[in-house]
Amino acid sequence: MIKKEGRITLNIKLKTLKRGARSAFIHLALMMFMIYLVFPLLWMVSLSLKPTPEIYSADPSLMPRTVSGEHYRSVLHEERVVRSILNSLYVGITSAALVVLVALPGAYALVRYKSYANNVVLGWILTSQIFPVILLMVPLYMILRSLSLTNSLLGLILVYVVWSMPFVLWMLHGYIKTIPIELEEAATIDGATRIQIVYRILVPVLLPAIGASMLFAFISAWNEFFLALVLLKSPDLLTIPVELAKFTGMEGQARTGPLAAASFIATIPSIVLFAAIQKWFSSGLVAGAVKN
Amino acid sequence: MNRHKGSGQLIFLLPVLIPVVMFSILPLLRGIYLGFTDYQLGGGIKFNGIDNYIQMLHDQYFWRSFRVGFIWTITVTAGQIVLGMVLALLLNTRIRLISIYSVLMLVPWAMPPVVRGIIWRHMYDPDAGALNMVLMSANILDKPINWLASFEYAIPAVIIAGIWGEIPKAALFLLAGLKSIPDDLYEASRIDGAGIWNEFYHITLPLLKPVLAAIISLSFMWNFNTFGLVWVLTQGGPGGLTRLPMLAAYEEAFRYGYVGYAAAIGNVMVIIVSLVLFTYLRVQYREQVLS
Repeated sequence: MIKKEGRITLNIKLKTLKRGARSAFIHLALMMFMIYLVFPLLWMVSLSLKPTPEIYSADPSLMPRTVSGEHYRSVLHEERVVRSILNSLYVGITSAALVVLVALPGAYALVRYKSYANNVVLGWILTSQIFPVILLMVPLYMILRSLSLTNSLLGLILVYVVWSMPFVLWMLHGYIKTIPIELEEAATIDGATRIQIVYRILVPVLLPAIGASMLFAFISAWNEFFLALVLLKSPDLLTIPVELAKFTGMEGQARTGPLAAASFIATIPSIVLFAAIQKWFSSGLVAGAVKN
Repeated sequence: MNRHKGSGQLIFLLPVLIPVVMFSILPLLRGIYLGFTDYQLGGGIKFNGIDNYIQMLHDQYFWRSFRVGFIWTITVTAGQIVLGMVLALLLNTRIRLISIYSVLMLVPWAMPPVVRGIIWRHMYDPDAGALNMVLMSANILDKPINWLASFEYAIPAVIIAGIWGEIPKAALFLLAGLKSIPDDLYEASRIDGAGIWNEFYHITLPLLKPVLAAIISLSFMWNFNTFGLVWVLTQGGPGGLTRLPMLAAYEEAFRYGYVGYAAAIGNVMVIIVSLVLFTYLRVQYREQVLS
């Protein structure tokens, strides 16, 4: 009897031990992933905080030996860097607001009406991913030039609205599908028109989805490089990715510290916003993939 | 108020359709057409049939760029899916700190591709880079290597940076898929005494198939069309070794002005991606029907 009890406690102990070993193993594995995924960012932050001589020292270290804000100061005193950040903010915010404003009635119409247009639009959303931008770049440039919209931030905004449209439409479409139609029926009885329904009744319900779509559109505009590289020429119109790429080219190596500081500044908005929408984002992605 | 047919829909869709047609569909069709012309920047446009494609057959730069394009696309896609799957499985457990891990893992994805390139250039820097520092202090290397300029290491170096940037997307997608698998399925198999591997192979993998097929297809397209990261890392060097198809097409169009030829390269890229996806999805579909 005593023997048996002993065995049971031993069993339980073994089990907790096993569980402990298992979670220790999971933590270890996750930690290794995090080192791979986060280390480059840490390295960049460390570079941005080291005084210039230390960056080129013979034995570099991850922790800066002396912490200095000189690179951040010098970058923020450079007019073209500040200018490019402002340009990116302007382009990102405007295009995010515009794309949602335009896509919302569109997504609504795709859910609530049934017609050929649905298949065409949803088909376009998927196929648009196959085509490399290079294919439409030159013709797009020519169309924009005939409208005097090349080398202009307004032109870039329009292009970004179209650029993030497929995904925003997809996200909003998936979300509107989950809204019960009774909500609108009540409003119709009260004599509201369709467009009133969209903006007065649906918008409040859809706020989280609208927020997530706007953040997504903002991040894609903020991060985008290729289109901005081709479409913008004047130095005072460049967005931050193009400005940073210029940094690496001509003056390159000599300015590692300021470049790291500017890169970190350019990364902050995306990371903060990404953390904010990640939960919604993942569920929305999969809802789209599985249901359709 | 149920689903009508009708012209009402068009009014709602018009604000979407007008910019999309003007700035996406029309230029795209025009671009496809340019692939069959001899158009050079500043010159006239003349239809020349399949001349561009015949020229491509003899163009060793084209073949080299598509070869490296395939190596890049297949290894990056495979790497991001396998590692993303492992990461998603780890994150789908009930242990502490999981929410911190799930936010941290997004870091590479959130960065602008240009910044990803800038960071990895410094990681690989021959003099002040982190990689040489780590390998030399661990006595694996006795002298620094200039990773991105070496013919041996440039391609693997670019691929490792590429996988790094794409893991979060795959992991996030697959994690959401894993969460949609009901727990009781696992409980049943645990009572039957199935091991972890068996569980993964017989429950997780089959149920995850639609999500897997979607993320593999999308990643394949996105990776094949990559530009920013590699542009900043190597500009296609050393000696054109890492010049992916997008970089080759960009140079043809904007450095040399051969727009017609660049568009032709774009057309070939579309055809290849469509063929690969079509074959892949067909095999997937057939398996599903059989099982």
